[in-house]
Amino acid sequence: MDLQLVPLLAILTSLAAVPFILLSDKKPNLRESWTIIAAVVKFLLVLTLIPGALEGKTVALELFELAPGLPLLIKADPLGVYFATIASGLWIFTSFYSIGYVRGAGEHKQTRYFASFAICLSSTIGIAFSGNLLTFIVFYEMLTLATYPLVIHKETPKAIAASRKYLTYTLTAGLLLIAATAMTYIYTGSIEFVPGGVFGDTQLSPLLMAVIFILFLGGVGVKAGIMPIHSWLPAAMAAPTPVSALLHAVAVVKSGVFAVIRIVGYVFGTDVLAAYGLNEILIVLAGTTIIVASLMAFAQDNLKRRLAYSTVGHLSYIVLGVALLTPLGMQGGIMHIAAHATMKITLFFCAGAIYVNLHKENISQLNGIAKVMPWTMAAFTIGSLGLAGIPPVNGFLSKWFLAMGSLQGDVTIALIILVVSGLLNVGYFFPIIQRAYFRKGGEELDHHGEASPFMVVPIMVTASLSVIFGIFPNLFFGFFDLAASIAQTLFTGGGL
Amino acid sequence: MIETHLPVAIVFTYLLFAVIGTAVSFRNKDWAQPLAVLGAGVATLFSIIAFISFLNEGEIVRYWFGNWQPPVGIEFVYDGLSGFISLVINFVAFIVLWHSGANAKAEFKSKRHVYYSVAMLLMLGFNGMVMTGDLFNLYVFLEISSLASYALIAIGNKNAPFAAFRYLIIGTVGGTLYLLGVGFLYTITGTLNMIDMEAMLPMLMDNNVAIAALVLILGGIGVKAALFPLHGWLPDAYTNASSTSSALIAPIGTKVAAYVLFRVVLYVYGADTFESMIPIDYIIGLLASVGIIYGSVMAIGQKELKKMLAYSSVSQIGYIIMGLSLMNPFGFAGALLHVLNHAFMKACLFLVSGNLRLKLGHTRVFDFDSSVAKKQPWTMFGFTVAAISMVGLPPLAGFFSKWYLAIGTVQNSNWLFLAVILVSSLLNAVYFFRILEKVYTNKDNPADLDLDAVEQDEVGFNGKAPVMILAIGLLVIGLTNAAIVGFLFNIFPG
Repeated sequence: MDLQLVPLLAILTSLAAVPFILLSDKKPNLRESWTIIAAVVKFLLVLTLIPGALEGKTVALELFELAPGLPLLIKADPLGVYFATIASGLWIFTSFYSIGYVRGAGEHKQTRYFASFAICLSSTIGIAFSGNLLTFIVFYEMLTLATYPLVIHKETPKAIAASRKYLTYTLTAGLLLIAATAMTYIYTGSIEFVPGGVFGDTQLSPLLMAVIFILFLGGVGVKAGIMPIHSWLPAAMAAPTPVSALLHAVAVVKSGVFAVIRIVGYVFGTDVLAAYGLNEILIVLAGTTIIVASLMAFAQDNLKRRLAYSTVGHLSYIVLGVALLTPLGMQGGIMHIAAHATMKITLFFCAGAIYVNLHKENISQLNGIAKVMPWTMAAFTIGSLGLAGIPPVNGFLSKWFLAMGSLQGDVTIALIILVVSGLLNVGYFFPIIQRAYFRKGGEELDHHGEASPFMVVPIMVTASLSVIFGIFPNLFFGFFDLAASIAQTLFTGGGL
Repeated sequence: MIETHLPVAIVFTYLLFAVIGTAVSFRNKDWAQPLAVLGAGVATLFSIIAFISFLNEGEIVRYWFGNWQPPVGIEFVYDGLSGFISLVINFVAFIVLWHSGANAKAEFKSKRHVYYSVAMLLMLGFNGMVMTGDLFNLYVFLEISSLASYALIAIGNKNAPFAAFRYLIIGTVGGTLYLLGVGFLYTITGTLNMIDMEAMLPMLMDNNVAIAALVLILGGIGVKAALFPLHGWLPDAYTNASSTSSALIAPIGTKVAAYVLFRVVLYVYGADTFESMIPIDYIIGLLASVGIIYGSVMAIGQKELKKMLAYSSVSQIGYIIMGLSLMNPFGFAGALLHVLNHAFMKACLFLVSGNLRLKLGHTRVFDFDSSVAKKQPWTMFGFTVAAISMVGLPPLAGFFSKWYLAIGTVQNSNWLFLAVILVSSLLNAVYFFRILEKVYTNKDNPADLDLDAVEQDEVGFNGKAPVMILAIGLLVIGLTNAAIVGFLFNIFPG
């Protein structure tokens, strides 16, 4: 097969499934088969790109022009392949899990749900494979729009309030991104993603550079959950849990941090940012976010909201790693994209299984549930350990590199933040585990068993993956080597 | 060569159908609409042929009436700009007239033969304004189109005659101001021909009369274009007119006026001459900005869909005028692309309101609930696409005009205008997503609504197809805008 077309096909697979999903409205089993087929095909297509990415190759395809001189550029570079592998791989598990969840919870409008989900995945892979900022904006806004029906899905007053908040934040962000892109285009003449950036030869006043950078940050920071523009994320927990799991722990929010990497490494370039000292803004913001979000997680009794604040904090781990502007920090940040994805999706899956099975949403109700849902809670424990940075789960490894990155960049405060945040993670996760295992449950648990296999199997798989990638980080996909080589290209001053 | 006659043929077609339309359909009123559609269809066909041959030959066609050469005679000039605008307005008119059958029958059954003749005269006036190369002749066509639009607006609900009368008063003042301006120009240049004037004006720029003339023309045409603060007539006129009238006038009426501004400012005067004058370009840009924000804010406050769309038009015309005021290729292309986009979006939205009036019986925004989407899925699909395009999300057309306008403002380092463009998108989102929320979720469903019992009750094929064509057109324009904008860059004067 012609490799050039693969990224495009990977984007289109799930989009092509949408009409089939809509047409199978009345036949749920057929409808869900389309989702599964699309997910598997998409993942396989992305997999074929990994060998090339490991060699540092980029597959580029220029389609028609979006605007004169600005093509719709599909470019599968190593970073894009890395992100696409995670998103499309986890979509498979989420699809199985979704089937168990929406049927178990008796959700309405399931066709709309699965169709929107498929469009979201197309957009996410589109974001991963965008070759320039304009292409990126197209997919980024598509993702905003496709997520909207999922956030509003339950149509309760709470869900509607959440969806409004979500739109306000993300649409505003999109506009800031357009402004920043327009400025980049006029001042540099190029908005293509190139390792090392496009600002190299441009002499701009520090103020103007700072304005452009902050506009970009506003544009991508919303989805990346950087404080103080994070608050849509806890609100968006009104969505069904699989949505929270894949979109609000992996696809949407990781698109945000992915975009931070693109902006830092491929639009501005690490050298330029360091020269203007702009990364300091990012270090301060990310550092504050990590600590404040962890503290706020304590205050949440709703399990999903606690996970959401934890997500906000962990997203900023990645941002912090990038902002250090050191190869090891960048590598740690990139590794944490995958690590946080497998761990947090596990936790959300667990939260959803508990909700569907026991109708419990709050942490204070979780006493003794490990007895009835042993597998789920085992997975929950693994995810929690990982997020606290305890080996052998993969969260430890990325955190290790983040720590080394902060030493390499001589930013001691970052190291302190990481350590403190690890403790805070222990602080807000372990009480949940303690309740589940060591407290006595109420009588209402008596006639319940484990959740449906559609849900438990994905939970076990993602939890196992977290451990496996913690011990063998290069297994299957070469995530470790990929992260390392991507980080290298961003600091040797160029690449291809 | 047949091509040289096409600009005249377009105008003549409308004249012909205005006359035979009444004559033929005087007895059987059912003939009126198909004939009007045929007229607009033929005119669209002519526009397409003329445009293609312009693209191939690249030559400006100058047609001298009776072979009298200017400045003695009147000429039609078919260049890139007039060709583009005429293509847009004729196509949209064709779609709207095609759609109009059911609404016309429901709203003014016995007057249809007159109505469609007047509609043909309206299009005759618009096309004449676009084609003519003579400033006074433009006034003549302006009055033809204005008189026709007063009549079309007066056919509507019980407030329509009053709204039309108000428009008549304000519109006549506008027309007179324009005529006065043209008179001023005539006294200093001795010609009414645009191309002659273009050659002479740069030498006369320190002459205060030239400046006064420009201000008068901008003021006069500003009324017709509904440029803030001269927009007062528009919301009532669009709201109270019949569904077809608003769908016909809203997408193209103000655009033709905007075209006149482009023609006078960028061609007759020329972008360079503005550097030696008081900053008129900046002033109209500022007015446009205020209009953008004002229109959007007012739209949010409306309870009636048509009035909301009318205020949204005030806002959107601001985009177009702002693009003009930037006087750089990006602003120019963005504004003209927005002429096309907005014509499609607004036509689609007004057709949707026509469909709702027909089946639902009202267009009161706050009375919408999710049964609307169930009854009229096609119509609401068209609404959704047009709304998303209005908000400016890619890959729909609306995003791209916003993009070009944004880079145009950055090029001029005009941060205020950039902020206005972006803020306005958000305001658009407020009033469009509010409706989407109502019709696609259970939020405001009355307690006694049994959604399962709601049957689909959609308009017929002729009601659905035009909406779908416009909606899909928005996607197509979005994806092919590079070609359109490339063309627009080429025709940027200077």
